[in-house]
Amino acid sequence: MTASERAPGPGAFSFFSTPRLTAWGIAALTLIPVLVVASALVDPDQEIWAHLWQYTLPELLVNSVWLALGVGLGVSFLGISLAWLTAACDFPGRRFFTWALLLPLALPAYVTAFVWLGWLDFTGVLPTWLRETWGITQVPPIRSRGGVIVVMTLALYPYVYLTARAAFQGQGRRLMEAAQSLGMGRVRGFFRVALPMARPGIVAGLSLALMETLADFGTVSVFNYNTFTTAIYKAWFSLFSLSAASQLASILIFFVLVLALLEQASRQQRGYAQSSRAGGASARILLDGWRAGLAFSFAGGVFLLAFLAPFTQLLVWAWQAAAIDLDPRYFEFIGHSLLLSGLGALLVAALSLALAYAQRLAPSPGMLFTTRLATIGYALPGAVLAVGFFIPVAWLDNLIIDQTRAWSGHEIGQVLGGTLVVMLLAYCARFLAVGFGTIEAGLGRITRSLDEAALVLGVGGARRLRQVHLPMLRGPLLVAMALTFVDIMKELPITLMTRPFGWDTLATRVFEMTSEGEWERAALPAVAIAIAGLLPIFLLIRHSDART
Amino acid sequence: MKCSNSMKFLLSGALLVVMGQAAQAAEVVVYSARNEQLIKPLFDAYTKETGVQVKFITDKEGPLMARLKAEGRNTPADILLTVDAGNLWQAAQEDLLKPVDSQALKTNIPAYLRDPGNQWFGLSVRARTVIYNRNKVKAGELTTYEDLAGPTWKGRLCLRTSKKVYNQSLVAMMIAEHGEEKTEQIVRGWVANLATDPFPDDTKAMEAVAAGLCDATVVNTYYYGRLMEKKPNLPLAIYWPNQKGKETGVHVNISGAGVTKFAKNEREAIKLLEWLSSSKAQNLFADVNMEYPANRSVMWDATVAAWGNFRQNQINVSEAGKLQTRAVMLMDRAGYK
Repeated sequence: MTASERAPGPGAFSFFSTPRLTAWGIAALTLIPVLVVASALVDPDQEIWAHLWQYTLPELLVNSVWLALGVGLGVSFLGISLAWLTAACDFPGRRFFTWALLLPLALPAYVTAFVWLGWLDFTGVLPTWLRETWGITQVPPIRSRGGVIVVMTLALYPYVYLTARAAFQGQGRRLMEAAQSLGMGRVRGFFRVALPMARPGIVAGLSLALMETLADFGTVSVFNYNTFTTAIYKAWFSLFSLSAASQLASILIFFVLVLALLEQASRQQRGYAQSSRAGGASARILLDGWRAGLAFSFAGGVFLLAFLAPFTQLLVWAWQAAAIDLDPRYFEFIGHSLLLSGLGALLVAALSLALAYAQRLAPSPGMLFTTRLATIGYALPGAVLAVGFFIPVAWLDNLIIDQTRAWSGHEIGQVLGGTLVVMLLAYCARFLAVGFGTIEAGLGRITRSLDEAALVLGVGGARRLRQVHLPMLRGPLLVAMALTFVDIMKELPITLMTRPFGWDTLATRVFEMTSEGEWERAALPAVAIAIAGLLPIFLLIRHSDART
Repeated sequence: MKCSNSMKFLLSGALLVVMGQAAQAAEVVVYSARNEQLIKPLFDAYTKETGVQVKFITDKEGPLMARLKAEGRNTPADILLTVDAGNLWQAAQEDLLKPVDSQALKTNIPAYLRDPGNQWFGLSVRARTVIYNRNKVKAGELTTYEDLAGPTWKGRLCLRTSKKVYNQSLVAMMIAEHGEEKTEQIVRGWVANLATDPFPDDTKAMEAVAAGLCDATVVNTYYYGRLMEKKPNLPLAIYWPNQKGKETGVHVNISGAGVTKFAKNEREAIKLLEWLSSSKAQNLFADVNMEYPANRSVMWDATVAAWGNFRQNQINVSEAGKLQTRAVMLMDRAGYK
């Protein structure tokens, strides 16, 4: 991409003249690990496959579909309604909730899941109190389908909230004014105009939430809720059958790809571009009286359940653990986490921009397919992707080591394994979806006539990207970076597998504690992750509020 | 532009890491599924005593083994350390380990706690036993693991999920003893006796027993030790099953290690394993997590000793690995989630 700045103009071999090649290059990052995993299919394990088919597949199919449906509906409802309330309305506390509602993103979901279990399970604080004080024994079980759906919804709604809010904000005043001039009330205007126009943004957030739901292992494990992903782990790590695991993983990938392409196809014919002069921010709808109270309680309730309550519990645990576990090494852990997340966020945003821009320069069904492939890594269970990524890296390393030995007789260590570059590329393979979704939605809001106008004025290639598009993409780019940042802060399997010796992060500290069931001690690094994750969220909101 | 700046960052960062990899003189590299706070004190002590550096990386067993396999003959790892026998057996099966001929290891570690082919050795013992509610279980009601499937325990049992390897090896050892058919009946009986869905961890299962949701559960003893240390007033007690006559004793698993097939520092690796099996290291190894030392000549930690003496199941722990797949499938068939 640095080459792009030097691009002499049309016709030269550069990113701008070869968007397809660029897109494939980026997609290869994800595609190679996926193919490595899928290659185990060549050697099917009949006995184990037959067993899974008979005893576990039916249950986990039903479980996964319910989970995806429930979480999908839940995050859509919470995300869209809260985004509309904070983007288009005004009520007491709105400024606070605007950023506070993002905070659940900074907590690792499986840690909050454990907090919920501690409160609401039979032995938990609430049921025990109900039993002992009121004699109430019939409490709906938290370890149930409903429980998982609620807890995951509370953890994942911020994806939709963030992208939907960006979409609503981008709509500006003129859109709703136009709707009102056509005789629509506010409610109809929302459902007929604002909501449909925000669809690409909402879908971007929703697909992130759904992919994370399908790929999740930690949270569902806390509830012992069997899904596709738990079956993949089981086939691999308990039945020692890589081929059965990759069969299951391939089904999962296929499922996600089909969904992504279907969604894309259903809106292929429509444009979502907005006038370049959107008329600035619309006048907020001022809520008063009971409406204001309702809005405040709704936003406050979600904030309390999704962040404040679990975070407070974690703080209490962290305080207790700090006495034994807090040592100067924590500066190092925090430093490593920030370094990885910061660089990872920059790289993911840069590659996502290149991919989205390539798609804009050369739209075609083939390109669409390429971009969907490139972003599939987010739907793959983390450990599967980590191993899929590690195998080719190790292969390359072996090649280098063996060649060096053959040529010079010298024995060298691994060149690639355990380097920052490999870690960052692996994060890209996993989190490209996070950056791409938001940037693609942002780019879609810029009308194509603007591109043509720029070209007529002789502004093309890199200059057009820099002078025309980038300024308009600042919001989506920031969202992409902030989301990736907090996601990398929490990421485990890739970090564990690719980090150098003795190089620990906050997330790997969480792992060290939870792997032997010491959840309370895991609160300390989890709280540190949350606090470090606040940083990008503050920056993000300061930026987005500066515009309103 | 942002991109070019990020590239510079990236390159300089990469350089730093590569430079940090300069080789040390005498060192051993360990891939460990036993977590950091349980192994670092030992390795620190070893370095202090011998001057040999121990480099290690922690992860789950599965990824560590996938990693060893992918790295092949150029792996930096000398030792693979895990927290159960099943994974070590699997590692040997996949030709990732090499046999070690060490008199010290053979003397220090009893035969049933190590691989018959000498590819791996148990370093600490993890006993999986019955924990019950003192107020609700009458004397004589508890006898064996098998009996928990009987009618006395209808609606009184809590269990951890079958996805945890500790339960998988318990069932695998039962297959070794009773055969698949009878074991499946037993596991079905357990499932029928459950008071609630299986728990995600041992501690939650014990808390349910203490709260009276059920009367007994099966856990690794160190979880019991940890819980009682934090909440000494819980009405829980430990029971050692399968101790009478011909019964085979309490199910034990190991945390253990083997030398990797392509170890670069093989001699140093063997020395480290021997040191870990020696009496001074054994106390540290077991005591940091309230486990039992594998070396028979070593005194137990006071807390652990207070739980009483018991007879261990002496069928070789490698059976757990051999039969793990069968055990997992059996538990699926029996509806044990």
